[in-house]
Amino acid sequence: MNEAIAVSGGRTRVSRLTRLLESEKVLAAALLAPGVIILAVFIAYPFVMAIWFSLTSIRVGDAGQFVGLDNFSKAIHDTIFQQAFKNTVFYTFWATIFKLALGMWLALLLNRHFRFKRIVRASMLLPFIIPTVLSAFAWRWMFDPTFSVMNWALYHGGMITDRLPFLSSGDWAMWCAVAVNTWRGMPFFAITLLAGLQTISPDLHEAAALDGANAWHRFWHVTWPLLLPVTLVVVVFSVIQTFSDFQLIYVLTGGGPANSTHLIATYAYQIGVGSGLLGEGAALSLFMFPVLFMVVWVQLRYLKRMENG
Amino acid sequence: MARITRRRFLQYSGAGMAGILAAHRAPVFAQANTVHILRWNDFVPAADKVLREVFAPEVQKALGIKLNVETVNANDIPARATSAIQSGNGPDILMLLNNYPHLYSSAAVDVGAIADEVGKAQGGIYDANAQLNRVGGKWVAMPWSVVPALIVYRKSWFEEVGAKEFPKTWQAYHEVGKKLKAAKRPIGQTLGNTFGDAPTFTYPLLWSFGGQEVDAKGKVVLDSKETLESVRFMTQFWKDAHDEGGLAWDDSNNNRAFLSGDISASLNGASIYVAALNGADKFKTEKGAPMHTDCLHAPLPAGPKGQHGYHTAFNHMVMKYSKNTKGAIEFLRWAHRKENYEKWFTVQKGFAVGPTREWEKHPMWNNDPVMKPFQTAPQLQKRLMGYAGEPNQKAAESWNKYIVTVMYASAAGGKMKPEEAVKWAAGELGKIYTGS
Repeated sequence: MNEAIAVSGGRTRVSRLTRLLESEKVLAAALLAPGVIILAVFIAYPFVMAIWFSLTSIRVGDAGQFVGLDNFSKAIHDTIFQQAFKNTVFYTFWATIFKLALGMWLALLLNRHFRFKRIVRASMLLPFIIPTVLSAFAWRWMFDPTFSVMNWALYHGGMITDRLPFLSSGDWAMWCAVAVNTWRGMPFFAITLLAGLQTISPDLHEAAALDGANAWHRFWHVTWPLLLPVTLVVVVFSVIQTFSDFQLIYVLTGGGPANSTHLIATYAYQIGVGSGLLGEGAALSLFMFPVLFMVVWVQLRYLKRMENG
Repeated sequence: MARITRRRFLQYSGAGMAGILAAHRAPVFAQANTVHILRWNDFVPAADKVLREVFAPEVQKALGIKLNVETVNANDIPARATSAIQSGNGPDILMLLNNYPHLYSSAAVDVGAIADEVGKAQGGIYDANAQLNRVGGKWVAMPWSVVPALIVYRKSWFEEVGAKEFPKTWQAYHEVGKKLKAAKRPIGQTLGNTFGDAPTFTYPLLWSFGGQEVDAKGKVVLDSKETLESVRFMTQFWKDAHDEGGLAWDDSNNNRAFLSGDISASLNGASIYVAALNGADKFKTEKGAPMHTDCLHAPLPAGPKGQHGYHTAFNHMVMKYSKNTKGAIEFLRWAHRKENYEKWFTVQKGFAVGPTREWEKHPMWNNDPVMKPFQTAPQLQKRLMGYAGEPNQKAAESWNKYIVTVMYASAAGGKMKPEEAVKWAAGELGKIYTGS
């Protein structure tokens, strides 16, 4: 008897809930709520706090006072920050170019049929799968000023007479960082572009070939236009990740030699955490926001225009 | 056995939680007298073992304190400290390097009582260490130890180029270094963005030529002919005598380079020698002798304006947010007692020395003459970062931005002329000290 009542009560509860969820507005709100809460707690709240911090003189253990745009003004006149900003733009630009070019080349190769294709495709993802800190340590060893395996190989191969200054020259160190970032990020480009390539119908290539198009023409007039939307999305993701990169530089060079490889993120960490100047550190890191916002906005507009056109 | 229904369980647990919330305290079984201390991964691992395997059971027995020792990489301590202080939750005691106590002074409990007791009982705390831990007359942290930085060098290689003893002046060191580099045995020194060996070299170099960051009133005076002379000297010294890869070194590269026989000398704590001693079968000279038998230590040479050194200070801060400040203070008082501290001190074998003069008298110093220079090294530390001002927050900011080190590195690496490097560094200091 009691069980029957419970079941009946349960049915009543379920039916009320079902009726409530039949309303599209309530259902939409219920489905969106978890995502909105996660975004609000983990994205919006830290972002708003970062903006507030950047407008105050907050230090570790001291709430500080409202200082308006003083922290931003100090950053603009800070020569180390100026250099870090230039470095970040340089690093992002070249790493993205190389990742795109090499990723495209790799995707085109992997789109062909050959033996062990699946194993090769899976193994290609290794640099992307290995934790960045771990791979950066391995690269640091390979670029080590004293024990670099590359210097050793080149020296014993009779190709150099003096050690190459991989990380001890500012210019070399920056190019080394670009190379490591390219190595790590290229698989992401390759695998995404490969997915895009596989959606292109082989008929289009056959038709173009029958019309006398050579390989370059087929790529430029068939593959590239169809792949452009995917490429733009990958580039946007890559620019965001590279512009805000921290781990690789922190492990590989620590921002040295003589600040030659500092990025905005590593310098903001040094000021905010190393020196306890949370307000100034927040202001430095917020310089990334307008740049990334512009990149995303321009590229998404372009993408939308393409879809409409 | 009585069956607990779901309803009964919820009633009981709800009542229990309400009681805990109303009382604002944990239940009795969770109120153990626990002290959580966060320290670095000691370069002498046996010392961490003493904390965990000797201190922990002994302090539990003596005071009923359960000691929880957590160790992390030294570079990660500021990040942990920042999150702990900002969230008001974390270790009861934080180990802080150098003048970090000035940075976090507002989050500290006054430990003046322990400092007074230890100072009186043990011959006085070194002046430099007192300055690093006192802010506005209050002891915001307790000095624990000092890791002296001295030059470790290969005795036979120096003798082969005519140096029967370690050079007394920078000029003499330059001359010897030239000959060593010509023999493919350069001096190894980091000028990279790294917290230990780089600033402990560049600051004393600056001071020994008469350069200083600020005057006693806090006015930036770095752009001086003395500073310029030191940068010019270092630029030439770098090319003539050093392994130029040192621009990219961190605090461990010189250890590896020295032990592999690639460099003839390097400023360091005693870790190179201790590693050579512990790995006598592994680290050998080119003649097959254990490398430690060919190692000696010496302080940095003197410049035109005197001889200086900088030795890394290790301090313990009891955190204001701690729910057991009483237990944390009691633990520190207990740990600094001679009979207890000695257990930690002796396993260091001189790598880290005590914060008071008492420890210069310890019989351990008679065990190994090669370690003898470490015995009184802290006495050579007459100046601190931010000299001739206080080692305060501004000095910490300059130190953490590596401004003095980058000044030398920029000129040595050819990125700037010495004049430009000095002006750049003075400009950066100006922004920190006066905001202009």
